Formats: sequence, C-alpha cells, structure tokens
Amino acid sequence: MGRIAKIARRTFLLGSVAVIGGVAFGYWKYKQPYGNPLDDRLTDGEASLTPYVKVASDGITIITPRAEMGQGVHTTLAAMVAEELDVELNAVKIEHGPASYAYYNEAVLEEAVPFLPTDHGMVAETMRGFTKVPAKFLALQITGGSSTTPDGFVKMRKAGAAARTVLVQAAAQKLGVSESNLKTENGHVIAPDGTKVAYTELATLAASIEPPADPDLQPQSEWRLLGKSQPRVDMVSKVTGTAPFGVDTQLDDMLYATVRVNPYLGAGVRSYDASETLGMRGVKKVVEVTNGLAVIATNTWYAMEGAKALEVEWKPAPYPLTTDEHFAQVAASFTDERQDSQNRNEGDVEPLLAGGNVTEIEYRAPYLAHATMEPMNATAWLRDGKLDIWAGNQNPTLARQFASNVTGIPAEEIEIHTPYLGGGFGRRGEMDYVQLAVEVAKGMEGTPVKTTWSREEDQCHGFYRPISIGRIKAVMEDGAPKAIDIQLAAPGAIIDAFSRQGLPAAGPDGSIPMAAWDQPYTFPNYRVTAYKVPTMLPVTFWRSVGGSQNAFFQESALDELAHAAGVDPIEMRLKSLTHGPSRKVIEAVVEMSNWGSAMPVGHGRGMAFCLAFGVPTAEVIEVANTEDGIKVTKAFAAVDVGVALDPGNIEAQVMGGLNYGLSAAILSQITLDNGEVEQTNFHNYDAMRMYQAPSIEVKILENAEKIRGIGEPGTPPAAPALANAIFAATGTRLREMPFSNFVDFA
Amino acid sequence: MRLNVNGQTHEVDVQEDMPLLWVLRDELNYTGPKFGCGIAMCGACTVHIDGVATRSCTLQVGDVDGEVTTIEGLGTPDVQHIVQQAWVEHQVAQCGYCQPGQIMQASSLLDANPEPTDDDIDVAMSGNLCRCATYPRIRAAIHTAAAKMKEA
Ligand code: FES
Ligand code: FES
Repeated sequence: MGRIAKIARRTFLLGSVAVIGGVAFGYWKYKQPYGNPLDDRLTDGEASLTPYVKVASDGITIITPRAEMGQGVHTTLAAMVAEELDVELNAVKIEHGPASYAYYNEAVLEEAVPFLPTDHGMVAETMRGFTKVPAKFLALQITGGSSTTPDGFVKMRKAGAAARTVLVQAAAQKLGVSESNLKTENGHVIAPDGTKVAYTELATLAASIEPPADPDLQPQSEWRLLGKSQPRVDMVSKVTGTAPFGVDTQLDDMLYATVRVNPYLGAGVRSYDASETLGMRGVKKVVEVTNGLAVIATNTWYAMEGAKALEVEWKPAPYPLTTDEHFAQVAASFTDERQDSQNRNEGDVEPLLAGGNVTEIEYRAPYLAHATMEPMNATAWLRDGKLDIWAGNQNPTLARQFASNVTGIPAEEIEIHTPYLGGGFGRRGEMDYVQLAVEVAKGMEGTPVKTTWSREEDQCHGFYRPISIGRIKAVMEDGAPKAIDIQLAAPGAIIDAFSRQGLPAAGPDGSIPMAAWDQPYTFPNYRVTAYKVPTMLPVTFWRSVGGSQNAFFQESALDELAHAAGVDPIEMRLKSLTHGPSRKVIEAVVEMSNWGSAMPVGHGRGMAFCLAFGVPTAEVIEVANTEDGIKVTKAFAAVDVGVALDPGNIEAQVMGGLNYGLSAAILSQITLDNGEVEQTNFHNYDAMRMYQAPSIEVKILENAEKIRGIGEPGTPPAAPALANAIFAATGTRLREMPFSNFVDFA
Repeated sequence: MRLNVNGQTHEVDVQEDMPLLWVLRDELNYTGPKFGCGIAMCGACTVHIDGVATRSCTLQVGDVDGEVTTIEGLGTPDVQHIVQQAWVEHQVAQCGYCQPGQIMQASSLLDANPEPTDDDIDVAMSGNLCRCATYPRIRAAIHTAAAKMKEA
C-alpha cells in the first residue's frame, strides 16, 4: 500500500496568508498545492492555501465554496468554521468565493470505488483515500453526490480552529498575558480581568503568526452550533425577495437574450431567416450559437418573442425518434458485448436459476428532466479580453473551462460569480447554458448580456435521467430469497457527463448499478450485472443518480417476492440484513408507522429501503384508494447520517428528497414525438403540488460509521415504497414509472 | 404607460402586450417576482393587484388596472410581513426560488380567509409549484401566520 497509505494518512496542514487589513486561514494541499484563489485579490507572493475564513478589521467572512441550491450547505459549512472559531453565525459574512481548483471536492468520488459502502476494512478505506488523489487532479469544485458535508467536515473545522488559535496568540502578545489564561467568546478574546478584544482588532497582528499545522478540534460534546438546528443564513433574503439568484443579475447597460436551439438534441442549424425577428421591437441582434440561435434585445420578453419568430430549418435528430425505439434499444442491451460491470457476484446464482420456481420480473423507468424552478440562465460580460460570468452553477471550475474554450481567454483569468441556484438536482453541473451565454456575449462584445431560457427550451434541452430497464430473477426458500439476480440496462450518466466535460471517461459506468450492487443485503446467491446502453438522448446526474431507478426495481421486487411467499416484506428483508445501521432505520420506520397495525379497507402501506451515498434510508408510504384515485396520505422516513450536524435542515432535505422521488414516480416522464421532447412546460410535465404532498415524519439516526450528506438519499426509496403501498391498497402492481400512466391519482 | 408598484409610480414605455412580469423584472428592476414557466402554471411570478394574487407572467401590462405589490413591497428583511415571519420561523425555503410567489399567494389567501383549513390551503396554493417540495413547511407556516394574525 506504501504511497497510497501515506497520502490517505497525511495529516492536515493549516496555513494563513496576510490579506488587506487582516488574515485568511485555510487548508494546505498535500504535494503540489493549488494557488490560493484569493491571492491576486489580496496580496502578491502568498501561495497555496485554500482559504475558508478571512478575519479583517472590517469583519469576519467565511467562504463556503459549494453551490447553495437549497440544500442548506452555506449554513452548515459556515457553522463548521464558526463552531471552532467561536463566533455566532449571524455575526459573520458568508461568501461562495471564486472558482478555484483549490476548492476541489475530495469526497465526491469516494463512493466510486468498487467496495461496498458498508465495508470499512483497510483495503476499502485505503482505496477511498486514493480517490482523493484523482479528485484533486480532476480538480472538481463540484457540488453534488451528497458530498459537501463529508468533504467539509474536517477541513472547515480545522480552518476555524487554526484561526482561533492564532487570534488567541495575537491577543496574548497584545495584552502581554499568557495564552493559557485567555478564553474566547463570540468573536472576542477575553482576558482574565475581563478585557475583551474583538477578533477584528487582532487581524493584522494575527497575519504574522504561523498557524498550527493540525489544531485540535472541539469534542462533539462541546459543540454549540453543530448538532443543533440553525436558522439558515439565506432564509430572510429568500423570503423577502432579496436573495440574488443567477437570473436576477443586473448590470449597467445590460441587454437580455434568449436562445432557440435545435429541438433535435445535439444537431445543428441547416438554415435560418431572422428578418422578421430583426424588425421586431426591442430586438438588437441575432447571433449564431452552438446548435441554434440567440436573440439579444432590450428585454427578455422581446428576446423570447423574437426567438419565436425565427424561421429555422433544423438538422435531423442523431438518435431514434420515438420513445418506443429508445426502450427497444435498452431492452436489446442485455448482451455480453454490452455488459459493463458485475460488481457483485456472491454464491452461484446460475444453477438455482436453471432450476424450477424462478420468479422473473421486469421494471422500467423513463427519461426525466430536472425541471429546476429557475430556468437555465447565465450572464456574461466580455470586454477588453476580460470575461465575467454570473451563473448559478454546481461546478465553477468547469464553467470557467467551458468559457475559456469559447473565448480563448485563459480559464484562470475568467471570473465566475456564483449566486444562489433556483434548484440544481444535477442539471447545473452541466455547462451548456454557461457556454451559450458566453457565445452570446461574444456576439455583443463590450456589453453585459443575460441569457435566460424559456421553460420550453429548458425542458426540451435537458440532460436527462437515463431511461432504464431492470430485470430481476429470484428463487425463494423458506420465505426468503435464496438467489437474486439483478440485471440493469441504462445509458451511462457518468461517462456521458464526463466526456462532455473533458474528464477521463473510461471504464465501467458506476451510475448504472448504483444503489443496487452495493446494497447491504446478504442473500446467499446474489449477482448484479450492469449493461451499458449506447447514449441516445444526452443523460446526466439526476438527484440520487442510479438510485432513482434501481431502488424502484430492487425494492419492488423484494416486496413482490415477499407477498408471493406470504411473508411480511419487512421481516423478509431483516432476515437478509446484518448491517446494524440499516436494520435500525428499518426498525425505526416500523415503529413510526405502526407497521402491521390494521388499516381501513382501500388503504395500504408500503416500505422500501436503500443505502445511497452511504446513508441507510427506510421509508414507509401510506395511501388511500379514494373515489378520485390514489391519494398519498402519509410518509415516514428514517435516515442515518452518521453525525447529524443540523437536524432541522436534514429533516427538510429528507422531506424534499422523498417528495422529489414521489413526484417523479407519480407524474414525470420525458418522451419523444418524432424526435422532439413532448413535455414542454409544466402543463404537460407537471410536478407534485400542495394538494398531493403528504405529511412526512422524519427520524434521524446516528449509528453509521461516517458522516454523510443528505441531499439525495431521501429520493430512492420513495418510488418503491409508493408502488408497494399501492399494491397493498389495491392489489395492482406497478412495474413502470410514472404510475399515473396506469392508475389514477387523486 | 403609468404603473403603480409598491406605492411608487413608474412611467414605462413598452409594448402593451408585454407581460407585467417582464416590465417589473427587466424594466423596473423588481427581481423578487420570478420567471418560472410563462404560462400561469407555476406561480413563481405571483404579485398582488390591489391585494389579490395574480400571475404576472400572463397579465399584459396594458391590462393592469390597480396597484401592483411585489414581494419587495410586502415586507423587507428589517420589517417583515407576518407571513414572511412565519416562513422564517418554519425555515421553509430551500432553494427559495418559488418562495416569493408562495408568500404572495399565501398572504392573499389569508387576506380573504383568515383561518384557512388544510383543504382551503390545498385549493389556494396548488397553483404554486415548489420543486424542492417544501409543501409541509409551507402549510405549517400558513397556519402559524393565521394564528398570529388573529392575535394581532
Ligand atoms: S412564471 Fe408565471 S406562473 Fe409560472
Ligand atoms: S424552495 Fe426551491 S422551488 Fe421552492
């Protein structure tokens, strides 16, 4: 293990740099450090530190270099620093900070290794440590994979602790007392005689003191902020309409644009006539952009009206034109040539499947759009060889690279501003909307231009959740699965996204078997095989990635098997589950939902479990079969995040994630008509609304081995728990999403 | 064309069929009302016209007859409306993009119906989408605001 182990065990190195009026603290990288992104803004000659906290005479700023897209990370990341620094959250300024490779995310690839997430043995841990090296070289300043919390948990707290240590030393020098006699409280150092010195007064002095390389952290029992629900730092601005989203960017003399891109995704323009558009009120210019056109005007609406009036002849679709053909491609992919991985093969399923009494079931999941509430948009201002971009985005270093490709300006010189994201769900990790906005700005050099897509453009030019089919074969013995064989076919979201992003895109695609091969079940004969379908429509990460379909397949199948065998589906699962934290979340929902208690006729309960992003999650859904159709009446969820830093926020994320899964399971699909996406806006791509939203009870457990993020784990069990509940209430088994294609919902 | 927004009179020179939303956002810089769908299906653009919740994305500016209130006019970070206070108390917002519309819809509901039942809330609020699905907390916040208004 040599080198790998050394890197994995490397201790933390903290550093500081002088900044105007004070000091910035952060976290040095092992080996070749990346440049400090604040350097050129602050002082020359300082190097190589990832700053997370700045203390200056005019205040304290915590830098939270991850996208705030609703998951509450700015609050939780800031609380990590504030905890150790000994300041209150409402006494500091919080900034997203610039794009920088120094802010790379080292946790995001951790689960991309072929070890079960429940395996904490030496080899598995060492390999996970090793993923931090490629993550660093890929330099993903990415927000995704429910990785922000685990990624920041140690480094943000260390930065706060280092800053506090240095500030205390500075106070000791200033007051001429020994450090050991000094305390800190709420942004001040306090001397034995009661003298209080504000951190801000110590900032300049602190800049000359070397911070400790590996400061001690507060024990969990001493936490003031972490472990308790905090008011979100973005809440007041978000309820008063003052929070800046990307689409709210306003600059002097700005123009407004929109795009019209080929409805056959990925194909270009054959010819066009813009004469009518150019005669319309407010329209300034029509520019050619990748696979389409953009209209620049004095108002977004003039631009959108102008775009509608463009006469365009499009090149044909580079993929099959109907949804049926897409599903046929998936169905034809269960072949040896298209086998992509077989991460799990325990016992020997073959002889058992060759015997009698084999249950075979097939499930399907459609393409899905992310449908973020805020349509894609970005503002770009290109002038004098300089480029500024304002875009809600999940990966600013990638945004910079795309912008550099368009303009030839070196990526490091491009300034990315990341306002709040009106939803991300994976969509804003794709950089097409940044690229188009920069192409527009290039066509209007000197003037800032905000490019806002219509909802129709947004819906029809997505990178979709992959279409997929799961085939499951099983043999039961004594009321429990003796053999389970899971075959999954889907286009590869990871490889497809990475190849667009210029990242290494070789090897098996981990998204296809995700949340299936890595489940903690101990069936004696257990095999999971993934088949990669050639990409047709572009696909990408969609909240919970492979979990969004695979949990539906596997957990529906287990429910079917239990019912067929006449055993309780939860008891059956527990027989094949030894992982403690997983058992405990299931036991928790059993208790919360009073599982097994009588229900009125026409009502039903369903349970599903999934271990996704390291978080064991169990959900019970209750439904009633009413005159108007199925109504989801109640939901229960239990999750285990290892350490719960902000219970109120975790609850919100679980509720949101569960509803996001229900919404898709009930309502959503992207289908094609003659090559064009049919679901153009919310009238035909509806999402869960108030009257459909169940009340939800959430229980947070902390038995798991590691701290985990919670943006996604609430989603996967929702669809199977609902399908299982509908079966219990009506006897109808749903094997394809969305369910509203097959049953009515109230 | 003259428009009264949040108590201020503005002179605007735009095509009469421009939706009010785009006049507010791009001409007058009121960015609180959001663009979500443009076809009255999501509620992100909701403002009040003489106190009544209205989708500004499909209301042509030439047809506006009444005073327009946007989220910026309902309350401010320092002086929040009771509904906004309830939203903070329940920590409703996630991404927050739909929330100006939700709050304008909820405050209009409470004006007309100071003690809404869950069914009333379902009816009044189902035109407002929230892709973060903050519905349970929206419902709780509306009940809290109703209780507070009763006390006041
Ligand atoms: S933008 Fe007006 S209802 Fe969606
Ligand atoms: S809070 Fe994100 S859409 Fe409602």
